[in-house]
Amino acid sequence: MGYDPANPMADRITDIGPPHYAKFHPPVIAKNKGKWLYHEITQAGVLMHKSETGDECWTVRVGAARLISIELIREICDIADAHCDGFLRFTTRNNIEFMVDSKAKVQPLLDDLASRGNKFPVGGTGAGVTNIVHTQGWVHCHTPATDASGVVKAVMDELFDYFTSMKLPAQVRIALACCLNMCGAVHASDIAILGVHRKPPMIDHTRITGVCELPLAISACPLGAVKPAKAEVDGKEIKTVKVNNDRCMFCGNCYTMCPAMPLADPDGDGIAILVGGKVSNARSAPKFSKLVIPFLPNTPPRWPETVDAIKNILETYAKDAKKYERVGEWAERIGWEKFFEKCNIPFTIKSIDDYRLAYDTWRTTTQFKYTNHIK
Amino acid sequence: MAKHDTPLLDELESGPWPSFVSDIKRQAEKNPDCWDILGQLELSYRDKITHWKHGGIVGVFGYGGGIVGRYSDVPKQFPGVEHFHTVRVNQPSSKYYSTENLRGLCGLWEKHGSGMTNMHGSTGDIILLGCRTEALEPFFWDLTHELGQDLGGSGSNLRTPANCLGKSRCEWACYDTEEACYHLTMHYQDEIHRPAFPYKFKFKFSGCANDCVAAIARSDVAVIGTWRDDIRIDQAAVKEYVAGNIPSNGGAHADGNWGAFDIQKEVIALCPTECMWMEGGELKIDNSECTRCMHCINVMPRALRPGAQQGASVCVGAKAPILDGAQFATLIVPFMEVSADNEFESLIEFIENIWDWWMEVGKNRERVGETMQRVGLPTFIKVMGLDPIPQHIKEPRSNPYVFWNEEEVPGGFERDVDEFRARHAA
Repeated sequence: MGYDPANPMADRITDIGPPHYAKFHPPVIAKNKGKWLYHEITQAGVLMHKSETGDECWTVRVGAARLISIELIREICDIADAHCDGFLRFTTRNNIEFMVDSKAKVQPLLDDLASRGNKFPVGGTGAGVTNIVHTQGWVHCHTPATDASGVVKAVMDELFDYFTSMKLPAQVRIALACCLNMCGAVHASDIAILGVHRKPPMIDHTRITGVCELPLAISACPLGAVKPAKAEVDGKEIKTVKVNNDRCMFCGNCYTMCPAMPLADPDGDGIAILVGGKVSNARSAPKFSKLVIPFLPNTPPRWPETVDAIKNILETYAKDAKKYERVGEWAERIGWEKFFEKCNIPFTIKSIDDYRLAYDTWRTTTQFKYTNHIK
Repeated sequence: MAKHDTPLLDELESGPWPSFVSDIKRQAEKNPDCWDILGQLELSYRDKITHWKHGGIVGVFGYGGGIVGRYSDVPKQFPGVEHFHTVRVNQPSSKYYSTENLRGLCGLWEKHGSGMTNMHGSTGDIILLGCRTEALEPFFWDLTHELGQDLGGSGSNLRTPANCLGKSRCEWACYDTEEACYHLTMHYQDEIHRPAFPYKFKFKFSGCANDCVAAIARSDVAVIGTWRDDIRIDQAAVKEYVAGNIPSNGGAHADGNWGAFDIQKEVIALCPTECMWMEGGELKIDNSECTRCMHCINVMPRALRPGAQQGASVCVGAKAPILDGAQFATLIVPFMEVSADNEFESLIEFIENIWDWWMEVGKNRERVGETMQRVGLPTFIKVMGLDPIPQHIKEPRSNPYVFWNEEEVPGGFERDVDEFRARHAA
């Protein structure tokens, strides 16, 4: 039996949803759900959760690429079969968690992981850098302005010591989105790596008639830069669009709606760095990430300019911030003028908002600090 | 045996972080099509631009989502990735797996696809990367018949809901996030699989204000656990923290040189509402002033616990910047009981009120947060049949441009200008 192409609707099963989660709980989780009292991170990458029943769940957190093969997943399953009763979980940040029900089972698990080369780094807990959440990039997307997996690999290689330790003032969440669509929402991260375009779309007049609904392409532009136009193709006049380049902010929304308006470009595209976002409500309200470096070039395979910029911000923060202070809380306490000065990042006019609601970010007080920006 | 030279990608095989390049090569030994993933990616590294075509509508019969079409723009060079569609498989709540289930998924993807995956996509799905159009129906048949699993969402529909692991392994969760996520996912299978909305719509379930699934930043309806009564205090454990016998912040700062724990500096002074103090060796909290931010509980997890009367705050309208700028979700219901006992009745009613309105007034590709911006929060509150309360805002408006209704003003809006002129010369 199996799928019959001659009779595709026969015996079809639909709308059954995901399997029930309880089927996949490790025994110690199934027994103690809702009964947990407290937790402790006993070393970087190892968490102990204590239940009111007296049971303990010991979790070993392991970093992984987001792009992984079924061969690697099978190896992960081998580890979970050997140590964890055949159960495991993934975190929202692409880490793998192996859980055991006693402290005695932790070290053999750690030894097994360490014996497998660099495939299973243990860490990503507490006041450190955990795994970078990211998007597809050049490996699988049609709109990216940069790669994702490669940039992440290069950054994590450089920040590896912060993944396997907990010596920062607070947790630092790094995220990468390879274009402004932000499939990975990077707008509330301590450090955000964002692929950006810098050239307006080209118009492929020979293709536009077949692939594009012109009113949708026109209304896709938030700044009204896309207008109806006419062009000649093979001696015939066709309806098409034109772009007012002066008004284009390179968001790429027109290309999303119209495949005949590509804007990616080897020299135009690159990376912007935004900092100071947070999601948690702890102490201060959630914050958006703010643009501090408007552009760094795409320099595969290891993006040294981006890696250096992130390491510089991270280590300046690590030296200067108070215990518990997130990157954004630190920047707000010292003031953004001090942030730019301490990080030695040139302040450019591109960090001053001129989009919607921009006025909210303009300074309307006489309170400021004298930094090297004031000549 | 490698099919293409990949000198640039090969540089990403060194270093301490796991290498996706080494991993793809490992998979290519089993499925030679994967050499073409590396070949095309190497070309992108050389050209500094993507080589995937725009879009391509593919799917399985009866569903309008769950598959994202993808075609190479250099298929002659890399025939193994000529079609390279993405399949989104709805993940189980909390992303726990049995190895039996994962091995089953691996077997299916070995049979029908490239063998490459994302564990997981940003929204939460299991992402299976790369298969041909003709493999989609056979894959879907096997997925539903052999594994009893289903596709997630894509397009203008309810996207696959996601949750933090909640009560399954966290002492802070104020409601059962994984049950809420599972229940609503099952309740709304039609909305997940058949796009009928103006644009995408996301639910996310976090058990507390630490918000480990980033619900407040990226979901149209964010359900974030909280409580109504008092923080539960174990004063004996407070003393242990003060004496330095228990590591602060659950041991999260163990590798830094932060000195001895100082409850005044690290807990009391960092409380955003200044509602805590020490008195006679005990920690006191004025709970009526507390905004339940989680900081003190994070720092002293063995001494402090969320209150016992638990539920969730429900916030609406978060999104990433495209198009009008990033939005966090706006607090709409400060406290809602979220319980499987009544099948999440209040939450479901709330969600369907939003949908009834948004499906009517939302423009094409307008997230509900953008619709709220366009019509204004006062209109949204009225549509939802809620009473306006100060918790809906950070501060009152600073302009006087109120849209008064005619019936609110004595005598209404219709007046006689001649009568006015009889008393007021022009």
